[in-house]
Amino acid sequence: MLQQRSLQSSLGIRDKLFSIDYILVVSILILGITSMFAMYSTDGGEFNYHTNSHILRFFIFFGLFFFISLIQVRFWYDQSYLIYILFFILLIGVKYFGLTSSGSKRWLDLYFMNLQPSELMKIGLILFLAKYYHRVSIENMNRVRYLFIPIIALITPLLLVATQPDLGTSILIAAGGIVVAWLAGVRIKFFAYFSVIFLALLPIAISFLKPYQKSRILTFLNPERDPLGAGYQIIQSKIAIGSGGLFGKGFLNGSQSYLDYLPEKHTDFIFTLFSEEFGFFGSVFILLLYTLIVSRIVKIGNLTRSTFGKLYCYSFATAFFIYVVVNMMMVLGLLPIVGSPLPIMSYGGSSMMAIMFGLGIVMSCKIYKDVPVN
Amino acid sequence: MLNPGSGNTVIKSKLIGRRMFLLTAAKALVMVGLLGRLISLQINQATKYKSLSDKNRFREWKLAPERGVIRDFFNQEIASNEPLYQVHLVPENVKNLNQLFVRLKGILNISDQKISYLKRLIKKQKPWEPIVVSDNLNWPEFSKINLFLHELNGLEPIVSVARTYPDNSSAHILGYVSQISAKDLKTKKYLKDLSVPGMSVGKTGLERKLDEQIIGKVGFQRYEVNAFGKRIKEIQINEGQAGKSFKTTLDYEVQKYTNELLTDKAAAVCVMDVYNGDIVSLVSSPTFEPNAFVHGLDKKYWNSLITDGKKPLTNKAISGLYPPGSTIKTLVALSALENGIIKPSDTFRCKGKIELHGEKFHCWEKKGHGIVNLRKGIQRSCDVYFYEIARKLGVDRLSETAKKFGLGQNVLSDFVEERSGVVPNTKWKKKFIGQNWYIGETLHSGIGQGYFQSTPIQLCLMTAQIANGGFKIKPRIIFDKNNNSLRDYLKHKYEKPNEQLSTGLLFKNFNLKPLFANQENINLVKDAMFSSSNEPGGTSYRHRMENPKFTFAGKTGSSQIKRFTEAQREAEVKQTDLNYKDRDHALFIAFAPYKDPKYAISVVVEHGGSGGSAAAPIAKKVIKKVLERHDLRQEINYSQGDSA
Repeated sequence: MLQQRSLQSSLGIRDKLFSIDYILVVSILILGITSMFAMYSTDGGEFNYHTNSHILRFFIFFGLFFFISLIQVRFWYDQSYLIYILFFILLIGVKYFGLTSSGSKRWLDLYFMNLQPSELMKIGLILFLAKYYHRVSIENMNRVRYLFIPIIALITPLLLVATQPDLGTSILIAAGGIVVAWLAGVRIKFFAYFSVIFLALLPIAISFLKPYQKSRILTFLNPERDPLGAGYQIIQSKIAIGSGGLFGKGFLNGSQSYLDYLPEKHTDFIFTLFSEEFGFFGSVFILLLYTLIVSRIVKIGNLTRSTFGKLYCYSFATAFFIYVVVNMMMVLGLLPIVGSPLPIMSYGGSSMMAIMFGLGIVMSCKIYKDVPVN
Repeated sequence: MLNPGSGNTVIKSKLIGRRMFLLTAAKALVMVGLLGRLISLQINQATKYKSLSDKNRFREWKLAPERGVIRDFFNQEIASNEPLYQVHLVPENVKNLNQLFVRLKGILNISDQKISYLKRLIKKQKPWEPIVVSDNLNWPEFSKINLFLHELNGLEPIVSVARTYPDNSSAHILGYVSQISAKDLKTKKYLKDLSVPGMSVGKTGLERKLDEQIIGKVGFQRYEVNAFGKRIKEIQINEGQAGKSFKTTLDYEVQKYTNELLTDKAAAVCVMDVYNGDIVSLVSSPTFEPNAFVHGLDKKYWNSLITDGKKPLTNKAISGLYPPGSTIKTLVALSALENGIIKPSDTFRCKGKIELHGEKFHCWEKKGHGIVNLRKGIQRSCDVYFYEIARKLGVDRLSETAKKFGLGQNVLSDFVEERSGVVPNTKWKKKFIGQNWYIGETLHSGIGQGYFQSTPIQLCLMTAQIANGGFKIKPRIIFDKNNNSLRDYLKHKYEKPNEQLSTGLLFKNFNLKPLFANQENINLVKDAMFSSSNEPGGTSYRHRMENPKFTFAGKTGSSQIKRFTEAQREAEVKQTDLNYKDRDHALFIAFAPYKDPKYAISVVVEHGGSGGSAAAPIAKKVIKKVLERHDLRQEINYSQGDSA
């Protein structure tokens, strides 16, 4: 046992490279390159600011992904709490030093980039809870006092982000946390209790919503309510996707996007633009790529022996899936516009950084799949 | 298995696996749902959405903001906005107007905003009245229009609302506007959200300097349209914001007058208020037609501009570099006095030339000036006198004084085309030419030749700062009512030195910087300049004005283009006998009235020959014109409530 541990924890670089999941790496790369084409199109078929910086970011964070992969998973396990606390401090920093843009305070100015700590927190919370539930024994799992720490770890960043205000990201952070707790084996009855409490508190929460947030939800329920105000985005997005048809309008020919009907085409609506230009087949291609990525992460979870690794990979895969699905449902008019980027495809450094960081730890789980974390 | 308490781990793993299985099943369901939605939108309803997309129900038009107006000192518009005509459309002759526009959009780079403007126009006027279609057609677009003309019934020439200038008298200082180029979009950040097709930006001069503020904010109109693109109702409108208008210190009347005086010459004139630095007139000749740039330049005209040897596109007043010639003698004398090199009474004998280390240095007066003191040296512009004092002074001390008075640096701010010129000294030569300084070059510098390079506006500033008694001023071209108190301040200082100043005056002139060590030296130079213009023998005596209201004190100068050969010197070749290109540049600086200086002027006439004969007469006329209008100016400077 001891021998095996020492052998495994000191893998040579050749062994490490050998055990990388190349299918996952290639899918990420293909997705990244696809996103560059999409970005090039949003820039009107030129290498302008968005395209250039997106390409640069993708490759920088792709490098980060490799770097993180090659570090032992035990290190990430050990530092999980610290990472969470660091991200938490950044979130508090946003409260005090954040940049305000269109009414919300989400970013920290780091001179070379504007960092959005709430994106990082998506991963930070999963790491934190994965470690926590790794350590809690099965007997203690469902004792009420063991629920306090997870709840606090989840609620505090949630409130910080929600009051930025950034409803979309806070919901996604919460989703990631709930998934970890669910996978770890917390009893369904607790989820039921919390749902009841949540529903009871909902009317109060709604009273805290900003008028534009309320109007988005109402608009979602009935887009025709305000076709040129809040409903504009959903309608335009649906027209763009629908008009793409089977084969799309062709690269750089998305008239909806070119005529500036599409709002936020670089970020939240990048899938719309892609769908318009590449049609049903293009959309399915993207859908398949994401499915492939998610299933590879789940597979790595299957291979990993440690509870931490399993919990982390499964949760990350599920969270990643949720990010994708929420974004797509949003642009397809199935969810209200809450503002959530499409992982890797969307323009945005923090989101890209967080996803690559998360994927890096997944790959680290793969490389060190047989190494116990404690 | 590997961990202590591995049984626990196994149970956990099983539990996690079970729950993951449930999640995976849920994911599969969601995926199927998404796929279903995609099929529904992109396959089943594709036709519907395609038509919706083609005739999108909502259209947005960007509205180009109106450019701010530039006015002169008397609120006369010197850059305004007016419609200009290039292609017409007669609605009566068009079968389906909307179709025509859709068709046109396929051919021309014509903005939605423009089309909505046109439609509004059409509704207002009679169907037979022609309306304007596009403001800027380039050659490929124009040929395309011709190609498709058979499908475009009712289309004739072109019109739009655009920048217009009343004339070309202020073309250089105002600059011109033209279409946004790709380079503009890259280099000018403020244009990022402003790019409306067909919009113009300032390329040179004030138009460029003020561009960010003058350009305004883009507005938009959002309309609901029916399946044929006809507007049903306006949903939202944001009119944007017209650009800020500016009032300048220029006097349009003087600009026109000066411009006429300079016709057919390659020349520049700059007139400045000696106390507040207001630039009253800044003219460069030959001028160009700024209106020609607004809608894309005619190739022929462009070629004629760039091949013209007199360089009409260059603003010679701020970008023309000329050796200051004898006009620098004012500063050489001042520098020598300030540094204690000479006393005003010190004399030298001018025999027409001196020799230094075997090299001959000639005075312009071949016969020589005889015994020369400082006053006579400036009056007659005796080169030998200034060779002597320059030699004693040294170039480094001269350059220090010259820089203090504004030579060698930009006078205005944010004019991309402005050049700073050169004030040479030993360090400069070492750094930029890589050689040591020769004493002979000091002598050349002493009469403003050699490496010295200055712009007319610098010479004007130098003169103004001598005229006001030696105080630093900041020339300006944008009207500023609140900074006009230097004159009152100095008057108070001179006339009632013992009385207390009002705090307002004191506060506003708090940063006042005297450029002299002893003001008496400035007065000596001013007196010498007076004698140069008003006493027999002075280099510009012929052009004096005896009416004390207009009497000016000046200094002539001519800067050599080509060195005279000894043979030419012997043959007494006259400037007028030389080729145009080889003639000296004629310079003249002056301030007026002598007793109570109000304005400074600098005139440069390229290849004009001597300053006294070519530049001084122009200066005389401009001075007269400016002084005649002085009272009008003062009314505005001292009026209440009239702001920019």
